[in-house]
Amino acid sequence: MENSKILKSGEFLVSEVESKDIFIPEEFNEEQRMIAQTCSDFLEAEVYPNIEQVEKGDRELMKSILKKSGELGLMGISIPEEFGGFGLSFVTQMLAAETTGAGYSFSVAYMAHCGIGTLPIMYYGNKDQRERYVTKLASGEFIGAYCLTEPGAGSDANSGKTNAKLSEDGNHYILNGQKMWITNAGFADTLVVFAKIDTDRVLSAFIVETKYPGVVIGPDEHKMGIKGSSTAQIYFNDVKVPVENLLGKRGEGFRIALSILHMGRLKLGANVIGAAKKAINDTVKYANERKQFGVLISTFGALKHKMAEQVIRLFASESAVYRVSKDIDILMGKLTVDCGDYGRASIEAISHYAVEAAILKVVGSEMLDYVSDEAVQIHGGMGYSAEMAVERGYRDSRINRIFEGTNEINRLLVVDTAMKRAMKGEFDLFGEAEKLYSGLDNITDGKTAGESYYQEKTRNIKNFKKVILICIHGATKRFAKNLINEQEVLNNIAEMMMETYVSESLALRVRKMESLKGNVSLYKDMLDVNIFDTAGIVRKSALEAIGSFSSPESCPILILAIENLSRVECVNVKDARRRVADKLIEDNAYKF
Amino acid sequence: MKILVCISNVPDTTTKIKFAEGNTSIDTTGIQWVINPWDELSLTRALELKDDAASGIKSVTVVHVGPSTSEPTIRKALAIGADDAIRVNAESSEAWFVAFQIAEVVKKEQFDIIMCGIESSDYNGSVVGGMISEFLGIPSVSAVSGIKIENGQPVMTREIDGGKEVVIVPAPFVAIVQKGIAKEPRIAAMRGIMMARSKPVKLVESVAVEPLTQIVVFEKPAPRAACKFIDADNPAQLIDLLQNEAKVI
Repeated sequence: MENSKILKSGEFLVSEVESKDIFIPEEFNEEQRMIAQTCSDFLEAEVYPNIEQVEKGDRELMKSILKKSGELGLMGISIPEEFGGFGLSFVTQMLAAETTGAGYSFSVAYMAHCGIGTLPIMYYGNKDQRERYVTKLASGEFIGAYCLTEPGAGSDANSGKTNAKLSEDGNHYILNGQKMWITNAGFADTLVVFAKIDTDRVLSAFIVETKYPGVVIGPDEHKMGIKGSSTAQIYFNDVKVPVENLLGKRGEGFRIALSILHMGRLKLGANVIGAAKKAINDTVKYANERKQFGVLISTFGALKHKMAEQVIRLFASESAVYRVSKDIDILMGKLTVDCGDYGRASIEAISHYAVEAAILKVVGSEMLDYVSDEAVQIHGGMGYSAEMAVERGYRDSRINRIFEGTNEINRLLVVDTAMKRAMKGEFDLFGEAEKLYSGLDNITDGKTAGESYYQEKTRNIKNFKKVILICIHGATKRFAKNLINEQEVLNNIAEMMMETYVSESLALRVRKMESLKGNVSLYKDMLDVNIFDTAGIVRKSALEAIGSFSSPESCPILILAIENLSRVECVNVKDARRRVADKLIEDNAYKF
Repeated sequence: MKILVCISNVPDTTTKIKFAEGNTSIDTTGIQWVINPWDELSLTRALELKDDAASGIKSVTVVHVGPSTSEPTIRKALAIGADDAIRVNAESSEAWFVAFQIAEVVKKEQFDIIMCGIESSDYNGSVVGGMISEFLGIPSVSAVSGIKIENGQPVMTREIDGGKEVVIVPAPFVAIVQKGIAKEPRIAAMRGIMMARSKPVKLVESVAVEPLTQIVVFEKPAPRAACKFIDADNPAQLIDLLQNEAKVI
């Protein structure tokens, strides 16, 4: 893996890697598996027995569970040893995020603490700040929170009104303002607060202790889901923040906020995998016990279809999650050597993969929504009962499409960031697109006689990428700088990019699995279904997009090109899904 | 005092068991292996005793009879807190063989307390502990639900019919423990996991001994028949079914 070819963020649109170049979950080492087991044991021992009580709003209980996770060392996974953690790889961090993701609202509280509550200080703090705060956050002595959103500043974070004025003696910033939707507000010890200094137009970041006079925590919000996590408004009334608690440089706040969001999106992509596995496990157990018309409901084809879809979407997302994670690890290693600071190198590597971070966030949260929704559906009336875990999972799932940047923002980011990176010359997107566009008349599906299984899948995926390039070229030619206002077209392109990236990750994973362990027929079934579905999404999205930018003359040529490029071989997806579902049903658990 | 905890490597309790080789062996494909739950509790209690400085327990060693594929289970025990481990490099074919190998280890290494679970969740033989003590000619105490150290003397509590029995025996001895010996198995902490890789695992070759048991065949229990519901107003049908179908009256 050390000599693997890694692509730049977004470069997958114009370049390929081989299966040996990617990391797959089947390669987790013994230590990583043990860490995952510890996370899972912790949920069984401390979270599930208490979840009802926590959901009723027992914040002390939630705090004590968080502290216990700290005692076990689970809060130090991303933190270097010199600051009280274990300095583990990004892949390992993501595995821990995945496993704890099955912990309902605990997962939100824990991830908020370990991620946005701790990592801004780890990544941007100076030595003194890291020693004073990160060591305590890594052990769980302190609980952290992150204050960016304001009543008038949500997705448009830079429009926040919270203000910091330097005191006359120059020793403090006087903080005034209001923040909302603050996870862990009810029991946090430290806050990373974003505010504008004096009349600055850009944000700065501060470390604020909740014990400072003038910090007022509002009552908890009543939420649809994740009811066990504390979410409240925080008010800052003339709070004296020592000048040494300015995080990073003055005016660096927006950059910190954005980079931390990239990290949050990646971790969310892993987190939802754990939640989805839990929902699938609960679902198949129920389907294997519930009888109707004298037979188990798991024998019904309609339900096998749903369960197989749950598995396939999960497995495909997971493939993308760990592919990106290893790329980040490799880049992180290189940057650490270059700059010598683990924290800065980490956030630079994470921020570099902004396109993939947004993809994981959107794909993952929508995968979990599908899985949770069908989990309730397969439970029938019981799924609507608050006694069932899937009911909680369904409510808890919904927030994932909203926080860490809404999926709408993230869809735009997928395309916008990739195009900006290409414009900076990081890879040749527009040249490739131009070439394709000029040869539209001659585009075929490229099928050759006697191609192997993987050659066929690789060709399909390359064709999907060609469709994306054609649409990017057509849309930029038609709308030019105004493309940013054509959000529907950007959404069409984003949809194709996301699905193609995930399909490619799945194809590479299956191929690597075959080289590692032989027979992977069931995983080929998953790949067949996934490629078939992606072809449909690519075709529909592209046709929608070209309708908005093509002329009456170019439209028929474009349609023909799209038809050719989105064509895939006929597959019996019904039987393929049944085989996947049958394994799930036989194992009575997700064991893929 | 030194404690030796015997650990066995068993399929995760949610595993759906399949047979191979004409139903004479277990198909291990895709099985997740874990520490036998009784052994895990036994290890937890041993570590609790060691944590108490007044107990005089200096070290906790785990021993396992199994091939290299069982190393993850041993590392897990080390991650939970065992100081070191011994692996007897052999397939753990049956109880007699396993007990013999462990006894050989004890003869060479000298332990004061040998703890093992009352049974393993795979074969449920419940004989290894007794056999170890027989091979070594030392006492064994079965069904131990509590163990503590009082003034340097191990004191054990046994569950007996209708009550409890508190016993002491001269060391070294084998404590065959059952659930209740510890409240919950200990979760491997991050620091333990990190330290596990540097803890010593001593590899010992097995001593030749003929196994005494040969598996003739495994059989799964017959599937349960469907439950029949009888109208509460129709006791005659119930009597008929009990008499003629179930043949119990």
